[in-house]
Amino acid sequence: MTNHWVDLKNADVIMMNGSNAAENHPAAMTWINKAKDERGAKLIVVDPRFTRSASQADLYVPIRSGTDIPFYGGMMKYIIDNNLYHREYVVHYTNAATLLVPEFKGPAELDGLFSGFVDEDKDGFGTYDRDTWKYQTDAAGNPLRDETLKNPRCVFQIMRRHYARYTLEKVSRITGCPQDKLEAVYKLYASTGAPNKTGTILYAMGQTQHTVGSQNVRALSMVQLLLGNLGRQGGGVNALRGESNVQGSTDQGVLADVLTGYIGVPRAANHPTLAAYIEKETPKTGYWSNKPKFLVSMLKAWWGDHATAENQFAYDYLPKVENPSQHFWISLFEDMVAGKIQGLWIMGQNPAVSGPNSRLEREALKKLKWLVVQEIFDTETCSFWRAPGVKSADIQTEVFILPAGDAMEKQGSIVTSGRLIQWRPKVAEPPGEALPDDQIINLVALKLKELYSSDPGPFPGPIRHLKWDYGKEVDVEKVAQEINGYALDDIKDPKGEILAKKGELLKTFGVLQDDGTTACGTWIYAGYFALADDGTGRMMPASKRRGQKDPGGLGMYPYWAFSWPANRRIIYNRCSADPNGKPWSEDKKLIWWDETQKKWVGYDVPDFVATKAPADPGGRDPFIMRTDGKGGLFAPLNEGPFPEHYEPVETPVEKNPFSSRMHNPVIKIWKTEAGKNIGNNWGKSKEFPIVATTYRVVEQWQAGGMSRWLGWLTECQPDMFIEMSKELAKERGIQNGDRVKVRSARGEIQAVAVVTARFKPFQVEGKPVHIVGMPWHYGWGGLARGDVANDLTPHVGDGNTTIPEYKAFLVDVKKA
Amino acid sequence: MNVTRRNFLKVSGMAAGSVLLPSSMAASSEKVRSFPLHKPVKEAATICPYCSCGCGLLISTGPDGHIINAEGDPDNPQNRGALDPKSISVRELSQSPLRLKKPLYRAPGSDRFVEKDWNWMITEVAKRIKTTRDATFQKTNAKGVTVNRTPGLAFLGGAAHNNEECYLASKLNRALGVVYLEHQARI
Repeated sequence: MTNHWVDLKNADVIMMNGSNAAENHPAAMTWINKAKDERGAKLIVVDPRFTRSASQADLYVPIRSGTDIPFYGGMMKYIIDNNLYHREYVVHYTNAATLLVPEFKGPAELDGLFSGFVDEDKDGFGTYDRDTWKYQTDAAGNPLRDETLKNPRCVFQIMRRHYARYTLEKVSRITGCPQDKLEAVYKLYASTGAPNKTGTILYAMGQTQHTVGSQNVRALSMVQLLLGNLGRQGGGVNALRGESNVQGSTDQGVLADVLTGYIGVPRAANHPTLAAYIEKETPKTGYWSNKPKFLVSMLKAWWGDHATAENQFAYDYLPKVENPSQHFWISLFEDMVAGKIQGLWIMGQNPAVSGPNSRLEREALKKLKWLVVQEIFDTETCSFWRAPGVKSADIQTEVFILPAGDAMEKQGSIVTSGRLIQWRPKVAEPPGEALPDDQIINLVALKLKELYSSDPGPFPGPIRHLKWDYGKEVDVEKVAQEINGYALDDIKDPKGEILAKKGELLKTFGVLQDDGTTACGTWIYAGYFALADDGTGRMMPASKRRGQKDPGGLGMYPYWAFSWPANRRIIYNRCSADPNGKPWSEDKKLIWWDETQKKWVGYDVPDFVATKAPADPGGRDPFIMRTDGKGGLFAPLNEGPFPEHYEPVETPVEKNPFSSRMHNPVIKIWKTEAGKNIGNNWGKSKEFPIVATTYRVVEQWQAGGMSRWLGWLTECQPDMFIEMSKELAKERGIQNGDRVKVRSARGEIQAVAVVTARFKPFQVEGKPVHIVGMPWHYGWGGLARGDVANDLTPHVGDGNTTIPEYKAFLVDVKKA
Repeated sequence: MNVTRRNFLKVSGMAAGSVLLPSSMAASSEKVRSFPLHKPVKEAATICPYCSCGCGLLISTGPDGHIINAEGDPDNPQNRGALDPKSISVRELSQSPLRLKKPLYRAPGSDRFVEKDWNWMITEVAKRIKTTRDATFQKTNAKGVTVNRTPGLAFLGGAAHNNEECYLASKLNRALGVVYLEHQARI
C-alpha cells in the first residue's frame, strides 16, 4: 500500500477492485465505515461475485473475470473525454506532458501490439525490443515536455488515442457489465479528480492473478494519477497483501529476482563484476542513484570483514542468474517435474494445495531426492507421499519434517500491508520439541559452517565467511540490528560533523555509504530498530513503540511502531501539496512548504528532500524513485507501456474486440511432455464453457495450514464448495447442497454446490457466460477436508511476475 | 477523567455488580468461603498472524506458558480492539493437540514417518544440502562468466514468518548459491 489502513478514513470514494476486504482484510472495513459515516464517503465494489464487501457497497459493479483492463480503459476514456482529470497534478506530477519518439507505435496502429515485438519461435508469444519506448530528449538528454498537453506526441495525447478505442459500448460487451452501471461507476469515481477530493483503490489477488495481472495494476495506477489521488491522504494505490508478513518476506528478498530492499539480483551477462553491476543498475537521477550504498552495505552485513574494497565487497559470493524469471515459481516447478532440482527446503508453505495445477506440483515433489519442511501441522505437502491414490512405496523422496513454533511462540517483527513494522514479543511456549523457524535456520546454518570447515567442497568461501554470529540460540534482536544497519566507522557529513558514531545503529538510510563503512541488511528498514521517542519522551526500538499521538487527527500515528521507509506513513506525499507547496485544500492538509522555516512541514515525514523548495530545480518532481521524478502514465512493463486488453489463456469468447491478438503476447507457455501426461494443458470453451475463479473466506486461511487443523474454524467452514448462480444450477439440474463434479483441462474434483444469487450470468459479446467460484483452502488433511481447487487451475502466469492465472480459467460442472 | 481500558472494565464491572446483585445474595455471600480462583496470568500485546491488517492482540498466558485468552488490543490503531474469527483462534493454533511436536523422518519408499531427535535431523538436513550443493554447483556459465550458483537446490517460504526469519533465509540461501528462491508472494 502507498497509504495504510487507518488512512482509509480520509477517503471520499473507496473503490475495491479484485478485493473482498470485508472477508480477507476485515479491519479495513472499520476505516471504510468511518469514512462513510463521517465524510459521507461512497464505497464501490467491482467484482464478478456479489461478495460480503459488495453487500456494504453504495455501488456494486459486476464485471466478467479477466476484463479489468477494458473496465479501466473505459474509465480513462471517460475521465479524459469529460475533462474530469486533475489537470494541475497531471501536468506537473506525471509524465503526461513528456514527448515520445515518433518511432513509438501502439496497438491502435499495430493490431494489438506495441512497436518492437519479436516472436522468435513463431508461436505468437515472444518479447519486446524496447528501443522505441522512450522520451524525446534535448541535446543534454533532458526529456522534452509540452505542458499544454496538446502536442500529438505527448504521453497524454498518445494515451488518449490508445483508450479512445475503449468505448462504453465495447467495454460493456466484453466485460458483461451494463452500460448504465459502467457510466455510474465512472462518474462516481471520477468525482475524486476534484483537487479537494481523494479516492482510494483497494486491490488484491483479483487484480494480480491474471496473465495480465501487472497491467491491471498499471491501469488502476494510471487512473489514480489522472485523478490526482496518489501521494495524498485518502488516496493511493493500495495492494491488500495476502498474508501477515508477505510484505516483509518480499522486502527481505525471499524471491528469485530481488535481494533485500528491492535491489535486483545480479545477472551473469550484464553484471559479472560489482563495477559492472553499479554501472548498469545505478540511474544518474532519482533516489536509486544511491543503490551502490544499499548493495555494498548489504554485502558488509553478510560477509563482514571478508567483504573488502579489494574483493569487490565479496560480490563474487552472490549467485548470478541468466534471467531471474527462469527461477520463478512456475519455472521452478516445471524444472522440478523435469528432474532438474534435487532438494527442496520449505519454510511454512503448502504448495501441494496452494500451487497452480497442484496435481502437477505434487508430481514434481515426487521427483525430489529430498524434501525438508518446517511446519506446525502435518500438511498435505509434508505427507504428499501418502496422498489419496498415491503408492508411497513408489516414492523415493526422503522427507524431513521439522516441527516449528507458531507466531505466538517466538519474537520478531512483521509488516502490515501498509508498510508498518510492528514488533511481536514471544507470548507462549512452543509445544513438545517444536522450535521457532529462526532457531531452525540458525541450527542448519551453524551445522553447514561446521561441515564446510572440515570438508570444503567447491567454493566454500560464501558459507565459511558468512557473518553468522547470532549465538547458539539465535538472538533475534541482534538479527534486527543487522537488518536495521550500523556504522562500522564514524560517518561524517561533508562539513565533518558526525552523522553516526562507529558501532551505532543507523537512524536512517540517508547515512549509508558505498565504501564499506556501513553495514545494513535491508536498507529500507534502516531506523526500524534504532532507538526512537514514542511521543512521551521514552526511547525504545522504533518498531516496539506504542505511542498514541496523532498530530492533525489524520490517523498517521507517527509514534506507533515504524513505517518503512523512514517512518513515512504515506509515500510520494510531496503530491499532497500543490506545485507551489500549498495544500490542495484545508481538509486535505498532509505536508506543505513552510516559507519561513524554508522546509517541508506537516503531519507525515516528507517523501522529499526536506529543504528543497517548490521553486528549486526538481521541486515539483514528487516521484523520487523515478529518474524523471514524474508519475508514470507511460511506464514500460514487458507487454508495453500502456495496458492493452488480452483475454485470459482460457476464455469463453471467440474474439478479442480490441485486436486480433487474443492473449498476452509476452507470457510463457510451457510445452513439457511430462506436464501433458499429468494434465498440464489448455481447455477450450466448447468443452469447458464456464468461467471459474478461486477465492478465500474469512473463516479459513490460505492453503489451510493455519486453519483447517483447528476445531473452531472447521465448525465455521467445514467443507469444499462451489458457488454458482441459480440460472446455471437450473440449466444443469443442480440443487443447493448437491455434490457436483467440477472438471477442467487439468483434472476433476468434487464439491458441494452452493446455489446463490451472488453470481449472475454475464451477457458477453451477445451470449450468456456463466461464472462459478471456489475457495482454495481445502485439501485431504486436517479436520476440514475437501478436494483441492488448485487441481483445476492452469500452470501459466503473468507476463512480468508469472503470478498464476487463478482468477479466470474454464471448467464444466455437473451433478456427481 | 482519563479512563484506561482496564480502569473502564473495573469501573463498569463494579457498577454492573452493584446493580445486578440482589441484596439477599450480597448478604449471604459474606458467609461463603473464599476460593483462590486467581492464578498468575501474564498479559502481553502482540500482532495477529493471519491477514496483513496487523491487528493488535492481547494474549493472556497461564503459568505453564500456554495461552488461556486472546482478545483485541484496544490501543492498536489498526483495529482498536476489533478482531475476526481467525484472530481469536491463535489460542487454539498454539494449543492444538494436532501440532507437530517432534522431528519426523520418512525414508525413501517408506509408508511412515519415524520420530528422530533434533541433533540427527539437523545433521542429516545439513548433509543433504551440502551434498546437493557440492554436486550441482556451477562456478561459471557456458560463456565462462563467474556465476557461483547452485541449481540443484530450491527454497520456498515464508510469508507467515517474521522479517528477521525471512532475512536469515534470504541471507543463508544466497550464501549457498540458491537461485530457485521463492515464496507465497509469487503466487
